[in-house]
Amino acid sequence: MRIVEIRQLLSAEEIDRTLQRVAHEIVEKTSGANDLALIGVRRRGVPLSDRLAKMIRAFAHVDVPVGTLDITLYRDDLSTIGPQPVVQSTHIDFAVDDRDLVIVDDVLYTGRTTRAAMNGLFDLGRPRRIMLCVLMDRGHRELPVEATFIGRTVETTDTQIVEVRLREIDGEERVVLVDRVS
Amino acid sequence: MFQRLQHLLGIESLSREQITFVLDQAKPFQEFQRHPLKKLATLRGKTVALAFFENSTRTRISFATAASRLGADTMNLQAESSSLKKGESLLDTVRTLEAMRPDGIVIRHSSSGAPELVAERLGIPVINAGDGTHEHPSQALLDALTIRDRKGKLDGWNVTILGDILHSRVARSNIHLLSKFGVQFRLCGPAMWVPREVESLGPNVRRTGRIEEAVEGADVVMVLRVQTERIHEPALAPEEYILRYQLTPERLRLARPGALVLHPGPMIRGLEIDPAVADGPQSCVLEQVTNGLAVRMALLYHLIGGAPIDAPHPAKERSNATD
Amino acid sequence: MLLIKNGRVLDPASNTDAMLDLLVDGERITKSGAGLAAPNAEIFDASGLIVAPGFIDLHCHLREPGQEISETIETGTRAAARGGFTAVCCMPNTQPVNDRASVTLGIVERAAAVGSTRVWPIGAASAGSKGEALAEIGAMKDAGVVAVSDDGKPVATARLMRQVMDYCRDLDLPVIDHCEDPSLAAGGVMREGAQSMRLGLKGIPSQSESICVGRDVELASLTGARLHIAHMSTRASLDYVRFAKRLALRVTCEVTPHHFTLIDEDVRYDTNYKMNPPLATREDRDELIGGLADGSVDAIATDHAPHHPASKDVEFDRAPFGITGFETALALGLSGLVHDGRISLMRLVELFTTGPARVLGLERKIAPGEPADLTIFSTEHPWTFRAAESPSKSRNTPFDGRTFKGGPMATVVAGRIVYRR
Repeated sequence: MRIVEIRQLLSAEEIDRTLQRVAHEIVEKTSGANDLALIGVRRRGVPLSDRLAKMIRAFAHVDVPVGTLDITLYRDDLSTIGPQPVVQSTHIDFAVDDRDLVIVDDVLYTGRTTRAAMNGLFDLGRPRRIMLCVLMDRGHRELPVEATFIGRTVETTDTQIVEVRLREIDGEERVVLVDRVS
Repeated sequence: MFQRLQHLLGIESLSREQITFVLDQAKPFQEFQRHPLKKLATLRGKTVALAFFENSTRTRISFATAASRLGADTMNLQAESSSLKKGESLLDTVRTLEAMRPDGIVIRHSSSGAPELVAERLGIPVINAGDGTHEHPSQALLDALTIRDRKGKLDGWNVTILGDILHSRVARSNIHLLSKFGVQFRLCGPAMWVPREVESLGPNVRRTGRIEEAVEGADVVMVLRVQTERIHEPALAPEEYILRYQLTPERLRLARPGALVLHPGPMIRGLEIDPAVADGPQSCVLEQVTNGLAVRMALLYHLIGGAPIDAPHPAKERSNATD
Repeated sequence: MLLIKNGRVLDPASNTDAMLDLLVDGERITKSGAGLAAPNAEIFDASGLIVAPGFIDLHCHLREPGQEISETIETGTRAAARGGFTAVCCMPNTQPVNDRASVTLGIVERAAAVGSTRVWPIGAASAGSKGEALAEIGAMKDAGVVAVSDDGKPVATARLMRQVMDYCRDLDLPVIDHCEDPSLAAGGVMREGAQSMRLGLKGIPSQSESICVGRDVELASLTGARLHIAHMSTRASLDYVRFAKRLALRVTCEVTPHHFTLIDEDVRYDTNYKMNPPLATREDRDELIGGLADGSVDAIATDHAPHHPASKDVEFDRAPFGITGFETALALGLSGLVHDGRISLMRLVELFTTGPARVLGLERKIAPGEPADLTIFSTEHPWTFRAAESPSKSRNTPFDGRTFKGGPMATVVAGRIVYRR
């Protein structure tokens, strides 16, 4: 069984432009990004949320706090996989009570990651509002989850995977659609 | 790989990498203890049997809380239980527990080697919470986490252990663990409880009869509980113990500045440890307790969570969900 | 009539090592020589095999009367025959203790009825082995005991041991002592040392045994009695025995196969490695092998100690002491002592035959007129010992599944083949 690349979905430049657009949407929708915090979901949600915060600071001159959230302990599918995945740390050093949070992740798929992220956030307090921001929405929802801010929507089949590669983690910058063929 | 272990029976057989893995995995669980809502669902539906054949309050509550915060249920067997008093054998008792299908068993027993006997017979993970005078792995792990957090690393320190080494599983596990990180040990206590053979427990272990010599230059001083059930065999008066082996502020000053003081608990203030030291700034006993919870959550998460080790991987792997 | 042909006869008493045939008629050997013929005789072809005098085990536990759940005279002697033994000396720690003639006679009669080998009982030294009054030793001798012992325990005090020795000297009975100092050994479950430290198990220092051996040697000097040290396990004890022999005291000793094979480092938590005296150090084992070679050690004895499986299937410190030993004794002697060149084959045969016989004041030889007790074995035949196949009721052995080169092939007791592989 091999993984083959079907096509590139976003180039490096397109990723940047998409994030800029999303950053503006966030500021607009939250009336200036006050009382706002970004929560980057490990792994790739973390650099994305950092970049969004930088962009927002640059054009809106607002410092939006950024936290990182590891959802391993909140997943609902662990018992179907072999040994337990390694747990990473969660760093949210601001209060979540009464705050608007934007969960930032690379791909929205079944919605289970988002549900787990929300569970994790509710363990920390009672946010006023939770919104979801994703770079790619690939459909195939299994839970009633919708993203507030979407970079790009793409139609996919069951066997395909949307791979977001970011320079901070993967050493390259592109989004590709791959498939598993035997 | 630690995740591939079925049981945790002792520290002696763990590698440096496996120990480091557990300490690293304890960190998110340390952070978790600060959440307002301390309840996960990650082990929901799992049952952990707590088979404490030997009396223990702190360790049992620590494991029970760890299991509960992970969302697991517990089955509780305690030393006073009537079936044990009726002479039911260890194997019969654990087989009875196993028939109720727990997902793992945490066992404390007064016979060295009992967890190994149980692990050979049952098909579920076994975690040793203290066997006789042999090992107490989770204690050594939480002690190591405490040292690493306070001092930044484990490697190369001078560690002194004071007290009844002969009867201490805490001492043995700590020596096994820290020796893998190049720690040098000095052991000191009444001669009949610190025999020559203790030096064979690790590559860099020395015994000394004088507490001043033992504590001088130490980076960490571990004080063991005086097991009052043993102080009569042979007779050693408490006054004698205090005179020669109590960790007093004066004796602690011989250690390096900022040396840590650890104690597995429960402490008898005024016997093995001066109250001023027990409650002083160098004492880490409360952190040891919190770290114990984090370490035990990490152990339960990895050893009892998840599928059984030989379960096949599912065909459908959701790559977008696992990263 | 039984004609044993083509075997290599090893007879220590006459220092014979020759290809000889033996003719057995009734219970005795009638002829020995090359190329014998006997038209009416059953032929046993011993080609490639050693024919030795019948092995004697100075030390075993048959558990009957009173503990038949673990072993009986019938099952124990069947296992002994399978190990090549033609005579076994059973220790008195039964229920009731064999401390009087009626119990002795019970054992003797039962053995005559169902035993596969000869059974020579050892009587208690003290009543009930309680270490207070003398047992009815004279009456027991008439009933058939060949020695006295309080095995399981040492003879309790120097004062009592002296009395037992004086009494038995006049009866010409050897006194066999299980040497141990209870105050040093109390609560111990294995040899005190680095391994017991690692395992967190309470240890017994070697001095527990040697202090008692020293005591007994001094008392042997005082009384002139025949003293035999049971299951000797340490070099310190061996030093005392050598000292005693230099003084021409009538002191002898035995070593078990597990003590010349295993050491304390082999112990983990498997109760099949728990016995008393415990497995000793590498240095002790090497010294014992030296003693087996140079004659300081007189005999190999098994201390076959069966315990029914459930009783051993517990935590190490709760398990009873002891392992079985009949069926692996010869094979361990061959692999551990002879094949490695530590001792000669003739010497090994001595340790199973003339050595134990001398301790009991008997003779053991292959000659016309002698009882037809013979042990026929191979030094080459490969086989695997499986505890589950043993006729013993117990399975407590550390050697289950071990493969050996050489072992018992046939056992003849009083002219009858009681075991044939």
